[in-house]
Parts: sequence; C-alpha cells; structure tokens
Amino acid sequence: MSRDAITVYVPRDSTALALGADHVAAAIAAEAGRRGLKVDIVRNGSRGMFWLEPLVEVGTPVGRIGYGPVDAGDVPALFDAGLLGGGDHPLRQGEVDALPYLKNQERLTFARVGITDPLSLEDYLAHEGYAGLTRALAMEPEAIVQTVLDSGLRGRGGAAFPTGIKWKTVAGARAAQKYVVCNADEGDSGTFSDRMVMEDDPFMLIEGMTIAGIAVGATHGYIYVRSEYPHAIATLDEAIAIARRRGYLGDDIQGSGKRFHLEVRKGAGAYICGEETAMLESLEGKRGVVRAKPPLPALEGLFGKPTVINNLISLASVPIILARGAEFYKNYGVGRSAGTLPFQLAGNIKRGGLVEKAFGLTLRELLEDFGGGSESGRPIRAVQMGGPLGAYMPQQQFDTPLDYEAFAAIGAMIGHGGLVVFDDTVDMARQARYAMEFCAVESCGKCTPCRIGSTRGVEVIDKLIANQDRPQQVHLLRSLCDTMVNGSLCAMGGMTPFPVLSALNHFPEDFGTPNEKAA
Amino acid sequence: MNRQQIFDVAAVRGIIAERKGMAGAMLPILHGIQEKVGYIPADAVPMIAGELNLSRAEVHGVISFYHFFRQQPPGKHVVQVCRAEACQARGSEALAGQAQDLLGCAFHETSADGQFTLEPVYCLGQCACGPNIMIDDELHARVGADKLQRLVQAKREAT
Ligand SMILES: Cc1cc2nc3c(=O)[nH]c(=O)nc-3n(C[C@H](O)[C@H](O)[C@H](O)COP(=O)(O)O)c2cc1C
Ligand code: SF4
Ligand code: FES
Repeated sequence: MSRDAITVYVPRDSTALALGADHVAAAIAAEAGRRGLKVDIVRNGSRGMFWLEPLVEVGTPVGRIGYGPVDAGDVPALFDAGLLGGGDHPLRQGEVDALPYLKNQERLTFARVGITDPLSLEDYLAHEGYAGLTRALAMEPEAIVQTVLDSGLRGRGGAAFPTGIKWKTVAGARAAQKYVVCNADEGDSGTFSDRMVMEDDPFMLIEGMTIAGIAVGATHGYIYVRSEYPHAIATLDEAIAIARRRGYLGDDIQGSGKRFHLEVRKGAGAYICGEETAMLESLEGKRGVVRAKPPLPALEGLFGKPTVINNLISLASVPIILARGAEFYKNYGVGRSAGTLPFQLAGNIKRGGLVEKAFGLTLRELLEDFGGGSESGRPIRAVQMGGPLGAYMPQQQFDTPLDYEAFAAIGAMIGHGGLVVFDDTVDMARQARYAMEFCAVESCGKCTPCRIGSTRGVEVIDKLIANQDRPQQVHLLRSLCDTMVNGSLCAMGGMTPFPVLSALNHFPEDFGTPNEKAA
Repeated sequence: MNRQQIFDVAAVRGIIAERKGMAGAMLPILHGIQEKVGYIPADAVPMIAGELNLSRAEVHGVISFYHFFRQQPPGKHVVQVCRAEACQARGSEALAGQAQDLLGCAFHETSADGQFTLEPVYCLGQCACGPNIMIDDELHARVGADKLQRLVQAKREAT
C-alpha cells in the first residue's frame, strides 16, 4: 500500500452486491487506472443504510465521505467531480458518520460493521476486536457466566430467555463433551442482522462463540447457517480459517491452553430448522422435526450432550459485554429489556436498513425518524414485527415502546427485531391467508393442530374472502386458532394465529366483516 | 421425468467416503452431492444408506423433508423469486407472475427448453430492497419487470 494511495471503500455485503457493488468496484479501479491515480479499494461491510447502497466512501482528512447509491455508470462523472478528494457531486452524502441515520444510533454490537474489512483480522484487532476474549481468558469460567447474567442479555432469537441462565445450566452439567450451537437460520422475513454479522464482521461471532465455549466448558461449536445465504457461508468459512491460523481457534487459544473448534453447517431450506430442537435434529443428520422438552437442550442437546444454543446476535453481543463490562451494557435499555437490539427496517419503507438502538424507543420513531415513512409515499397501514409468527400492528399501536414486556402485553412480539412495513394497498385477508399457508408448508408435521389446522385455516380464510357464510367462518377461524395456540408443541403452530388474528381484529374490513368487534 | 439419470457415480462415492466420518454427516453429504450433480439422484440413496448404516427410507425421508434438495435435475439456471412478506410489501407477487410468463413455466417447474427452473424462496435476507431474486448463486435486488427481463435475456444469450 503506497502512502499516497487514497482509500476507497466499496461494500461486499450481499445487499450491496445485489445492487451492483462488484461492478462499481471494478469501474473505480479501471477509472483510476485510466487517470493514473492510485487507489486502495477496501471491501468493507455495509453501514446498513440500504437505500444508499452501493455506498462508496472515500477516506479524507476530514473523515470518510460517502457517495450513494452509486451505479457503475456514475463512476467517470464521480472522478470528474473529484471523488478522491471528497468533491461535490449530486450523489455526495457528506461525512458518513455524521449522517443522522447513523449518528442517532447506539451501535454496540454493530460498532464495526460497515467500517472495517470483514476479513482483516488486523482491522478487527484495531477496533476493539478480541478485547472480550482477552478479558475472558483471564477470568474463571463462572465469572464469565456471571458477567453475561449481570448484563441482562436476553436471547435475541425470539423467546427472550436470559442468556446467562442458559449458560449457567450448561456450565453446571457434567459431561465429557459439550457443544455451542449458533442459530444462524434467520428464516424470518424482514430480518437480516445475522446475515450482516456473518458477512460484515464474522470475527465478532467467532469471538462470542469462543467465549461461550470457555464459559461453559464446550470445546466444539457449530454455526447452522441457512442455505439461502451463500455469501455468509463463504465469508464465515474464510474467517474461521484465518482465526485458526492465527491461534484464535484451535487447541491452544492464544497460549491459554483452552481449546475451541468451530464449524459451519449449511441448512437446507426448512424454516422449522430455526426452532432449536429441530435444528439439533438437522445437525444430527435427521429430518428437522421438533423434539418435546424436557429434556432441555442445555442438558441433553446435540448428540445427547449439554448444548448452549443461542441466536447469532445473542452470541455476537457477548464480546462487548466482556470487553466493557456488564454494567456498561445493562445501562442501555428499559426495565427488563437490557442493552440494544439491531432493529431491521424492511418492506415498503423509504430508508430501509439496520438501526441498532437501546430498547425503549417507539415503533413510530423507527418508522418515521429513521425509516422516513413508506417508500411508496402512501400511508403506512400495518407493520408486522418479529417475523412471520409476529402480529400485524395497526397505526394505533405504533407508539408502543420497544420493550419485550410492553409488546407482550398487546399480544405482539419484538422477536428478532425485524419489522416489515405495508402501505394502505395491502389486503390483510390475503396476509392472514399467507400466514396459514406458510405454516402449512413449513410445519414439521409432528402435531395435528399445526399440521392439519393450518391447512384448514387456509380453506376457512378462502371461504371468508369468497363471502361464504362469513359469521360462521369467522367463528370457525377463531376456534381453529384457539386449538393451534393451545395444542401445538412449538411456536410454529402456536404463534401462527398471531398474524392471523391480529389481521382479523385490527383490519376486519378486509375480511368483509366490519362489524365484527375485536375479541 | 422418467429419463435415465446419468451421473458421476465415482464422484458421489468420493463425497460420501470423504464426509461419512463427520458428526451428523447426512446434510454435508447431501449438499456435496447436490453441488456436484445438481440434484440427489435416486441411485445415490442406497449408496448413502449403505455407508451411514441407515435404511433407504430414512435417507429418502431426509431428502424429501428439506426444500433445498432436488430429486430431479434442474434446468441450466435456477431462478428463485422471494415470495416472503417484506418482498410482498414491495410488489413481489406481480414479479412472481411476470417470472412465470417470461420463463414459460410455473413455480417448481423447468421451462420446456430446459434453460430455467423457477422456484419460490422465502426470504433471501435482502428485505430492505425487494423484490429480490437469486439466479444460480447471484443475488439481485429491486427487481422489476424490466430488470427481470434483462437478467433472463443475459442468461439466455450466455448459453
Ligand atoms: C418456528 C421457529 C423458528 C425459529 N427460527 C429461529 C431463527 O431463525 N433464528 C433464531 O435465532 N431463533 C429461531 N427460533 C427460536 C429458537 O427456537 C430459539 O429460541 C433460539 O435460537 C434460542 O436462542 P436465544 O436464546 O439466543 O434467542 C425459532 C423458533 C421457532 C418456533
Ligand atoms: S407446532 Fe408445527 S412445527 Fe411445531 S412441533 Fe407441532 S407440527 Fe411441528
Ligand atoms: S422477504 Fe424477500 S428477501 Fe427477505
């Protein structure tokens, strides 16, 4: 790297790639060559401001100046405008760190994402990477578990169970072999934070899992990644190889005598394999059928051994908790919702992307202040929060603070932090039908209310839409949902009624039943 | 389809031999075979069953459980259109219709010329910029009718 080369950043995150980032990088290299200018192109992660992707940044003495969204065809004009000196151009966004969308976030877990080269261990180390592991290696395992417990971290994969308690159970179990499994199935529509960590800051996940392994006495970890994420799998594989080569994974981690090995396993397109016990079955080489609990996976998990199974963001939050301490983390958030969550703004929204904030802000702040309203410019009518099993929320609920308990109180769910926005052209009866259909297709088939109930649900909603015996069908649909909620073994069948009933209760006019009052 | 399935038997045996020692080897083996052959040939089932000490029914049960595994050869290119909620909110159902018209086949089918297999997918993790599609291993975001037409045309011309 010559000293006079100017650093230009072009993301390698898959959303940026899907919008042409590779072509932009090639065009920048070619244009610089033609003009005899020296550039050093770094393929960073994404800042998560997807409406600006591909977002090209140029390092200048006054900070990184961004241009976006850049098309390869814009590159000559950008150079004419003095791109390498941060020159003026209609695509110029100014200093990236100062953009309100970023400046108003509280990025703890995503602090490095978009800034560093995801596969540069030097970059990682220079930005507080492995500070958490270094602290952990100097602690007793019990103290690591206690730190996670004290931080108030709750599982980010949906159920919000305290991570420290789960770890404590595994740490206390006696067995010759224990495992750490990272749930990177991320099957929920509207969520992409797991993907971003894998593609844009993979060492953070590796570090978090290593700390988990040391804390509970597990020497082997698996990352179960969905097959829909080829870029994430490739990046993780590379990062694991680098970490192993540099002594951050293996039989003697940084000379500590501690051992931890890590492996990526690819899923195969089954939504239910995001459910933790179905994931274990899948990892064992079987159909992804849900197991009854007990036994808890913490005691009898993968191959019958004690297993920590956590969502990817839960594990990725651990390094900063260890590096900065439990108090630091816990001071973010409200009530029993401690810390931050990477919210994901998706669907019909003007500024879709990733917003990491402490719990406690409202949905409306996310939709309006960050999201800028709908992309179509039409009124936002409904938001589905927490994935396909989450409720559809109407305008009247947008002031609910993002806090696990406040959401539960209105029958909604924060889940994975993904929100999908619909404008007023949405047909909520069709969305309810889709929820049932999705359940019918993705059910593991183990229990009847889910397997058969969802198929019947589709039929009933079809009759409702076709105006056959409406009051009768509404009654039937409610009783069917009741059976699914009460009779299903897991949340697939148990929560599919949430989107269905919330659509029916809040948007009855779409079902042709405007007089039906919310139950 | 009932045509004779021809595949590289030695390569499949190699994949099985190389991976059967892994803990929970089934999925890694199936992925290896599908990457190599493009699908899981029926004749591979007894080979896997024999090496993993399982019944054929068990192996078949696993293959048929997972959406990702194919039991028939796909077209030359696989076009996956995301039909999950966030893409729906951005017009993916219209795109799904256009894709069927353009490729001349329904979802889960292959076009008559064997060029394209059309599949639904439920979220590609690009939900802020839908509608999204994946062609082979390439992602494309903000796909409207024109862009779809261009992408498909480019694949047609490349062959
Ligand atoms: C149908 C279904 C799908 C799920 N999908 C995911 C998923 O994609 N990712 C995830 O982390 N958790 C998912 N979960 C939740 C997991 O079962 C489990 O609670 C979680 O991985 C535990 O990790 P955590 O405590 O860190 O949240 C799913 C649950 C159900 C019922
Ligand atoms: S609720 Fe559905 S997905 Fe869950 S165990 Fe029962 S059949 Fe399987
Ligand atoms: S919903 Fe289509 S990419 Fe997520």
